Amino acid sequence: MNVEINHLTKSFGGVRAIDDVSLAFPSGSLSAIIGPNGAGKTTFFNLISGAFIADSGEVLLDREDILQLSKTERMRRGIGRAFQVASCFPTMTVRANLMAAVTAHAGRWASLSHRFPSPGMRERADDVMEFVGLTDVADVEANILSHGDQKLLDIAIALALEPKVLLLDEPTAGMGPDERWRMIERVRALWERRKLTLIFIEHDMDIVFKVASSIRVLCYGKVLAEGTPDQIRNNQAVIDAYLGAEENAT
Amino acid sequence: MKRNPASRDALFAAIVLILLLAIPILHRSPAFEDFIIRLSAMALFATSLNLLVGTTGMVSFGHGMFYGFGAYAFGLTMQLTELSLPVAALFAVALTTIAALVVGAICVRLSTDYFAFITLAVQMLFFSVIVSWQSLTGGDQGLRGGIPRRHIFGFDLGSQLHLYQFCAIVAVLGLLALRHVSMSPFGNTLRMIRDNAERASFVGIVLWRARLLAFTIAGGFAGMGGVLAALFVSGAYPELADWPNSGQAIFAVMLGGINSFLGPVLGAMILLALNDLVQRFTEYHGLVLGVVILAFALGLRRGVLDFIHLVWSKRAR
Repeated sequence: MNVEINHLTKSFGGVRAIDDVSLAFPSGSLSAIIGPNGAGKTTFFNLISGAFIADSGEVLLDREDILQLSKTERMRRGIGRAFQVASCFPTMTVRANLMAAVTAHAGRWASLSHRFPSPGMRERADDVMEFVGLTDVADVEANILSHGDQKLLDIAIALALEPKVLLLDEPTAGMGPDERWRMIERVRALWERRKLTLIFIEHDMDIVFKVASSIRVLCYGKVLAEGTPDQIRNNQAVIDAYLGAEENAT
Repeated sequence: MKRNPASRDALFAAIVLILLLAIPILHRSPAFEDFIIRLSAMALFATSLNLLVGTTGMVSFGHGMFYGFGAYAFGLTMQLTELSLPVAALFAVALTTIAALVVGAICVRLSTDYFAFITLAVQMLFFSVIVSWQSLTGGDQGLRGGIPRRHIFGFDLGSQLHLYQFCAIVAVLGLLALRHVSMSPFGNTLRMIRDNAERASFVGIVLWRARLLAFTIAGGFAGMGGVLAALFVSGAYPELADWPNSGQAIFAVMLGGINSFLGPVLGAMILLALNDLVQRFTEYHGLVLGVVILAFALGLRRGVLDFIHLVWSKRAR
């Protein structure tokens, strides 16, 4: 699915967190969003997914403006997201988390006619579980999963809803170097197999330059640059505002 | 192959019911029968509240209004109409359910703190209406004139034994129905909301609708408890709908355990037994009750059944 953002603006108490942002994400693309802390990256995701309502602008999903739709409606149209801090249902097992997600997706969440899970839900949950590689921990409660597995479960919940556009907010946050690469390889694999429009926020520049086919740089709520990894690497404004600062810091 | 969990629960309920019905045949004890009658009302009341508190994470301080509503609706229907007792009981439960839907529509969209406050406020409003609408409700004297005792299916509810049997059957069936709700996809949805409302809404659950449905169902079952209470006291009193009564249900839930389905039933049992016991020795029963609850809250940090579950699962590991 094609995602097009036009002149999107959102202020919080006079601060423009997202300031006239226009970006296009072609169907089936794998894009990274980078930028310093507080650049508005997560806010940008919140505006696309409908967690926040934008002040003005357009969010076009295959040319249809979804700005006025609720997050549930947007989810039904195919926008899925995973969160910066892994967001799952902590008292339930991995399998139960995914069965819950597929049940909701099938529109059976208010069903009172039978016991949970509804027929067929377990199989669908197991498919997703196998797809992301969580089968080994199927019966482990989410709150005692490793950090990396919690992040995977969060992504798996999003995948269980069969999204066409997937927003991943720092899928490798809080992981060690090896784990980061394993994670991002999985993300890449699921992008290839599911033919999603995938947008992810990432701080690790090595990962971004290696994995993303196009990169958008946000800074203080504005688009600082967009282009291929090579273009971004050599963009003076980006180096000054972001990459340079990072190199100095390390 | 494991036994189907639904039939396992039904079997458990059947065994409990048979035991309850068998006891008076073997040995008549008015005190015991009295206890079970009161427990049946309280168990439905507390367990329905726990659908909100433990399962959904909505702390309602006004659940007593539906208990009182059920009692008054039933008492008034019996006095003012010629409906038979089971029809009047069903009618009272239906009315209470509608009342819960209306109250819920106002309350459930509010955040946790304000939800607790407004449920309490609506309850106080309802209580005031009961007390001041003397011509209908009898005001603070309660609904007098008793409930016409009619025979149903060979039951004569004027006899304590028959009332005992009737209450046991209604309570066990009611609890079984609540168990079904809690184990249905909808019950699971409520646990998702309790665990992570934000995530739940991002998988497509319309939070306010789920909460409203839970509130409505819980109100209906509290009304069913109220019907039994009205049968026991043969009338209805404003105290049934007063806020301390909501507090009793919350105590029962907290004492017994919010994460076990039968926790509130056990809590109601403990609470009733404590009330009876303590009242025999001192008039300051509130003081003793408070100490016991403090001991549970600070000592176990959870209800009895939740504590047993915890110890059990630790041992199993």
